[in-house]
Amino acid sequence: MIISVASGKGGTGKTLVATSLAFSLKDRQPVQLLDCDVEEPNDHIFLKPVITQKEVVCIQVPKVDEEKCTHCGLCAEICAYNAIAVVPDRVMIFPELCHGCGACSYLCPEKAISEEGRETGVVEWGDADGIDFVQGRINVGEAMAPPAIRQVRERANADGVVIIDVPPGTSCPVVEAIKGSHFCLLVTEPTPFGFNDLVLAVETVRELNIPLGVVINRAGGEYHKVEDYCRKENIPILLTIPLDTGIARLYSRGVTLAEGMPETQEMFILLWDGIRKILDEGTGSLKR
Amino acid sequence: MKELVVLSGKGGTGKTSIVGSLAALAEDKILADCDVDAADLHLLLEPVVRQKNEFWSGQVAVIDEEKCTQCGLCQELCHFEAIEDFTVAPVSCEGCGFCRRICPVEAITMKENLSGHWFISDTRYGPLVHARLGIAQENSGKLVALVRQQAREMAEKQGAAFIISDGPPGIGCPVISSLSGASLALLVTEPTLSGIHDLERVIGVCRHFGVPALVCINKYDINEENSCQIEDYCREQGIEVAARIPFDNIVTEAMVKGLPVVQYGSDGPVSRQIKLLWQNIAGRLSTN
Repeated sequence: MIISVASGKGGTGKTLVATSLAFSLKDRQPVQLLDCDVEEPNDHIFLKPVITQKEVVCIQVPKVDEEKCTHCGLCAEICAYNAIAVVPDRVMIFPELCHGCGACSYLCPEKAISEEGRETGVVEWGDADGIDFVQGRINVGEAMAPPAIRQVRERANADGVVIIDVPPGTSCPVVEAIKGSHFCLLVTEPTPFGFNDLVLAVETVRELNIPLGVVINRAGGEYHKVEDYCRKENIPILLTIPLDTGIARLYSRGVTLAEGMPETQEMFILLWDGIRKILDEGTGSLKR
Repeated sequence: MKELVVLSGKGGTGKTSIVGSLAALAEDKILADCDVDAADLHLLLEPVVRQKNEFWSGQVAVIDEEKCTQCGLCQELCHFEAIEDFTVAPVSCEGCGFCRRICPVEAITMKENLSGHWFISDTRYGPLVHARLGIAQENSGKLVALVRQQAREMAEKQGAAFIISDGPPGIGCPVISSLSGASLALLVTEPTLSGIHDLERVIGVCRHFGVPALVCINKYDINEENSCQIEDYCREQGIEVAARIPFDNIVTEAMVKGLPVVQYGSDGPVSRQIKLLWQNIAGRLSTN
C-alpha cells in the first residue's frame, strides 16, 4: 500500500510525519520510505540510513553523428523544447533543455542521432534500522526533478507499506511523486499561508483521484479556518500535532518525533489505523 | 535597477513573511511573487488586480477514439508513460508531440494548454506581479520567467530602483528561473539540520549561476548551537550572515491579521532585525 505525504506549503511537517510514521510502524510490518523531495531530501538526516547501493539518474539526450547528418533540420523542427538547433554545417544540442522524449533519434531519416545518458542526479538506498530506505537527489544546478522522482518511485515495493515524502508545491514534481498512491496525507498548519496552500494541495490530489486526509501540525491558537474547511469539504482530520517548542527542538537536532518522544508512536499508529479504515470503507473524500 | 530574490532551499523558513516586511520597508520598487504554484505573498499585500492575463504553455496530446486502431505504437514509444489503454493522461504528458508524429493513422492531435494566469496588481506597498499556475501543471519555470520579465519592464518604465522577488522552495526549475541574472539572493534559513542541509544546496545553486548571496537566520534561538554552525559555515564560504531573527509568535499573529510583521509589531525584536536587514540589503544593492 502506497501512502504519500504532501503539503502544498513547504515546512509544514511532511518530513516529520513521513519519518515518524515509518519509525512507528517498522516493528509491526515491513515499511519502505521513499524520499521523493529530490531537490532537498531531508529524511536521511532523521533516519540515518546505511546506504548500500546507488544508481545515477540519467536522461537520454541526443548525440549526432556528423558523418551521417545531412543537416535537413527535421530534428530541430520536431523538438518541442528547443533543445536542438541546426545551422548549415552543424547541429547544436542544448542538453539542459532536453526532456528526453526520444522523438529526434527515432524520426531522424538518416539514423544519425543516437542517445547518450546525461547524469542529472542519483538514487540511493539502504537500511535505516529496519526501514527500507530510498532517496533521490538531483545535482546542484539541475532543473529537472521528475526523472529522479520517477526513478525513486520505480523502487517502490507495494507488498508492504510504502511511505512517500513528497516535495512542496502543486506542480509537476508533486504530481510525479503522488500519482499511483492509494492514499495521500496532507500536512498543514493553522495559519493563513498553511490554509491557502492546503486548498491548492487538496485540488491537486482530487485531480489525481486519490483519497486524502489531513494532518494539522503546530495546532493551537485562534485560527480555525483549516478545521472549518475540512468539515465543509468532508475531509477527515486524521492527526493533530500541538505547537510545542520541545518538538521543534527535537526536529532542529534531526531527531524524528516518534523516536525522540516514544510515547507519540501510539498517535502515529492511530493515524495509520485511520488511513486503513478509510481505505477499507472505500470512502476518503474522493470527489466533492 | 537591482533585483533581489529571496530563496531558502527548505520550505517554510519564513521567505514570504520577510518579503512582506521588505515590501513595507523598501521604497521605489516593484514586487514579484515567483512562487507560482503555492503563492502566499498576496495574503500579506492584499493586491487589487489591475490586469489578468492567460498563460498558455506547452501542449497536451489527445487521441481521437474514432480514428485510433489501438495498434499500441504510441504507448510503446512514449518516454513519459503518459498513454495507457489508448488514452492520454494529461498530468503525465510532457507535450513532446512524439506520439502525434508516429501515429500511423493520424489519430493524435496536440492541444494548446492553458497552464495558468498572471496578474499585475496594486498593493498598498506598490505594484505586484504575481501568477497562479494551474493545478498539477508543468512549466512553472517559464511562468516564473514571465513574471520576472514583466516586473523588469515595469521597473524600467517607472524608473524603479529595486525589484523584490519572493522565490519558491527547492533548487530545481522554478528556483533557477527565479535566480538567474538577479543582482543578489537573500537566503532565509532556520537553525535545523534540514535547514542547514538545504541552505548548503541553495548556496551551491547561487554559486553555479554566479549570483552573490546573503544569509538570514530565522528563529535563530530555536537551536543556538546550529545557528553558530550556520555562521561558521557561511564564514568559510565567504557569505555574510546579515540578520538573526528570534522566534516570536508575533510573526504568526501578523500573518493572521494579514499584515507584514514590521507593520504589526513595529518596535519588537523581529521588526528591528528585519529593518537592519533591509538597510544592509539596500546598501549592498546600491553599491554593486
